[in-house]
Amino acid sequence: MEQKKAKIVERKNEVISGLKAFGTQIYNQLDEGIFPTINMPSRSTENINYDPTLRQFILGEKSVSRSARNIRHIKPFTQLAWAAMFSNELTSQRKTSTLRDVYYSAQAYEMTFTDQQESNNIITDLETLTGFAREDFNIFPEERSAIFGDLDIGYTVPGYEGKTLNLTSHPDGVLIGPALTSAEFIKTGADKVIAIEKGALFTRFIEENVHNKHKSLLISCGGQAPRQTRSFIRRLHDELGLPVFILTDGDPWGMHIAQVIISGSANAAHLRELNTPDAVWSGVWASDIIEYKLPTDPLDEVDIKRLYELQKDPRYQNDPLWQREIKLFLKIRRKAEQEAFSRYGLTYIVDEYLPTKLEAK
Amino acid sequence: MGVREKVATATFEEISASDFFYRNRDIAGLTNPSRAIFVAIREIVENSLDAAESQKIPPDIYVRLSFESEATKETQVYKLRVEDNGSGIQPRFIPSAFGQVLYGSKYKLKQMRGTFGLGGKMAVLYGQITTHQPAYVTSSTGQAKIYSFKLMIDIQRNRPIILDRKVLINKDNWRGTIVEFTLEGDYLRAMPKILDYFKQTAMVNPYANLTFVDPKGRLYKFTRATTTMPEPPKETLPHPYGVDVELLQRLITITPYNNMQEFLKGHFHRVGEITAQKFLEFSALSPSKNPKKLSHEEIVRLMQNLKKYKDFLPPDASCLSPLGEELLKAGVMKELKPEYLVVHQRKPSTYAGHPFIVEMAMAYGGDVPKRGCFVIYRFANKIPLLYDEASDVSYRVISAMNWRRYKVAPDMPIAIVVHICSTKVPYKTVGKEFIADRPEVRREVANALREVARQLQHFLTKQEHVHMEKKRLGIFSKYLPKIAQFATTLAGQEKLPDIDKLLKSVQKYGAEES
Repeated sequence: MEQKKAKIVERKNEVISGLKAFGTQIYNQLDEGIFPTINMPSRSTENINYDPTLRQFILGEKSVSRSARNIRHIKPFTQLAWAAMFSNELTSQRKTSTLRDVYYSAQAYEMTFTDQQESNNIITDLETLTGFAREDFNIFPEERSAIFGDLDIGYTVPGYEGKTLNLTSHPDGVLIGPALTSAEFIKTGADKVIAIEKGALFTRFIEENVHNKHKSLLISCGGQAPRQTRSFIRRLHDELGLPVFILTDGDPWGMHIAQVIISGSANAAHLRELNTPDAVWSGVWASDIIEYKLPTDPLDEVDIKRLYELQKDPRYQNDPLWQREIKLFLKIRRKAEQEAFSRYGLTYIVDEYLPTKLEAK
Repeated sequence: MGVREKVATATFEEISASDFFYRNRDIAGLTNPSRAIFVAIREIVENSLDAAESQKIPPDIYVRLSFESEATKETQVYKLRVEDNGSGIQPRFIPSAFGQVLYGSKYKLKQMRGTFGLGGKMAVLYGQITTHQPAYVTSSTGQAKIYSFKLMIDIQRNRPIILDRKVLINKDNWRGTIVEFTLEGDYLRAMPKILDYFKQTAMVNPYANLTFVDPKGRLYKFTRATTTMPEPPKETLPHPYGVDVELLQRLITITPYNNMQEFLKGHFHRVGEITAQKFLEFSALSPSKNPKKLSHEEIVRLMQNLKKYKDFLPPDASCLSPLGEELLKAGVMKELKPEYLVVHQRKPSTYAGHPFIVEMAMAYGGDVPKRGCFVIYRFANKIPLLYDEASDVSYRVISAMNWRRYKVAPDMPIAIVVHICSTKVPYKTVGKEFIADRPEVRREVANALREVARQLQHFLTKQEHVHMEKKRLGIFSKYLPKIAQFATTLAGQEKLPDIDKLLKSVQKYGAEES
């Protein structure tokens, strides 16, 4: 446990010194009468490659340079310097913020962003430049997902140090927010993680006692899982050695929600350890639709277009499962939601479908 | 006694009757009650300007229009009073100068505002026929006495009737002329044009003080910006190319010479011994022939040959009095206060034997109104032309120009001032409101326009650079200090880095660029 604590503190110090190094670099350049210039990996599409070994997207060799001498660069450069300073304050003072909050905080420094998108981009620049995720700077997105199951955690956030919590304490689940993601894992009675696309099925699973019946930690992704949730799943897998199963709707969008948890997204190609390459997509598959005779809707044009896109996506090449299911979707031209199992009764999905799926792996 | 008197003695002559103009007053521009009041003011003011300018006296002109009584539903009777500090008129000429149509000092060839010596008298005549009141003329040439006349015009006989004549002692050495008469008109409708007239007159007469008090008692004052005056025009003889049969006949009537050789030398511009001789050879006329003995057919042939003969020297421009670039600049600057002003004077040119000079100014920004199209100010012999803009040669040239080449868009605040001066301005109509599209004139206007447009383009390009540069510097001086501040905090330093050198370097870089 002490070791884990030390690791968290160490990481924090790394973040702070990384930011400080950036500030010192600019400071020295200015002091020497040189226009400050920085280099960082390019995030343009042609520089995003899939690494089959790491099983995620990574940035290539190309780099971009930003110079305060360039009239088009100086504003984003200043914004970046501000973002680094602001992040340093957050991290040092152990305060947290959100992307929205960053956007508004800038105004106090007469450092305006045109819109939220611009400030989000600058935070991504800072991630790329320093190699740390924004969560390391205590900047979190607004959206939250939840976890439920037998896991004891120990808080590290100010005012809660030493306090522990069992994640079955609250029947709605516990928010996966900064306090939880920064917590240490103490002990767990679970032997697997089940990540669920939708909140409704997550609640059903809790009601049906799935966490006990299948000794599992249940996670509600709330659609596309936020980065901190993906990083948290990775921690559960790495630190506790738990296998991860993902349940989504039976359509290209659900399939991709699972894929991002497994292989990461192109947008986060500059970051590591946000994905869980060993996680498994357990359904709903196209073949499940046939096998369980699920009520379906026809695929519409956008769905089909998306399937063809996914077919070519490098992340869908490493497991034959993906190509097989994509082809099947294209063949049957139908899709089904997780709720489709309700035609066999409220508990069917828990009593029949889930055990079969968990067995399959 | 001044030049004026000598000139007057030599050239005053009676050539037509008031009656003709009484019946045809339209041709002098007195078409309707609002136009009439505008034309009356214009004509009297122009006489005053000429009277001052011919003596190189900076004009001081006071115009007052006062309400007298209601006339009809739309018109009122006004009293017009114009005072000037011009040359003054010799007492013996006063009655004819104001009481006899086509009696004038403007009958020889030199650039003057009016052309026939018609306008002022027409105004007085118009006043008389609409109100049946006499006109009052007071004048002094600055000598011991002031002469004051009360006059009417005997329309049928084209003669002044002197109703009263006073002689006063000129204690203060006053010099000038005061004209006062009543006329019927519609001031309210004429007002915008009258105010335009004064403003534009002030623009091309920057050495004049103009004061106008309107019937409501409102005072409009245009103050001179300089006392420098253009050189007054020299009188010249007509050029052979510009001669018509009528003029030939008139010259033959008055000529003191009794042979063709002397006749040509004595009455035509730039015709000397040799030119006269060669021309007479060319037209197979004996140099010793008495011009008074030419038959009608011979006169017509003479006129045709005068136009045909290629070796006459071109007219010189000493008979013209252009404003000059400096004065034009001063005038436009004074009235429009532009951000940028360029003026250009063309070299003298001729059309049909008449010399002319085109002067042009282009003003950008400042008080130049933004109308979505260029504001065009047209002048001929320093008279503002306020009507029929679209028919004018300048308007056509301006419209035909490819402005995009000059980076100029019609929605920019741009005023174009065109001044054409000539011994005979090529007006298209008798109303003297727009200039005919003569190829020679068109070419000169176009060349002048290209020149000023080129210079405006340089200015606009430079201004754009300066603007960009300002913006660029603004960005650097906004963000560099912030970067310094953020970096200092982030690096945990106490003291801000010195960024002056960097800021200076962008400035220097900028200076080179522009």
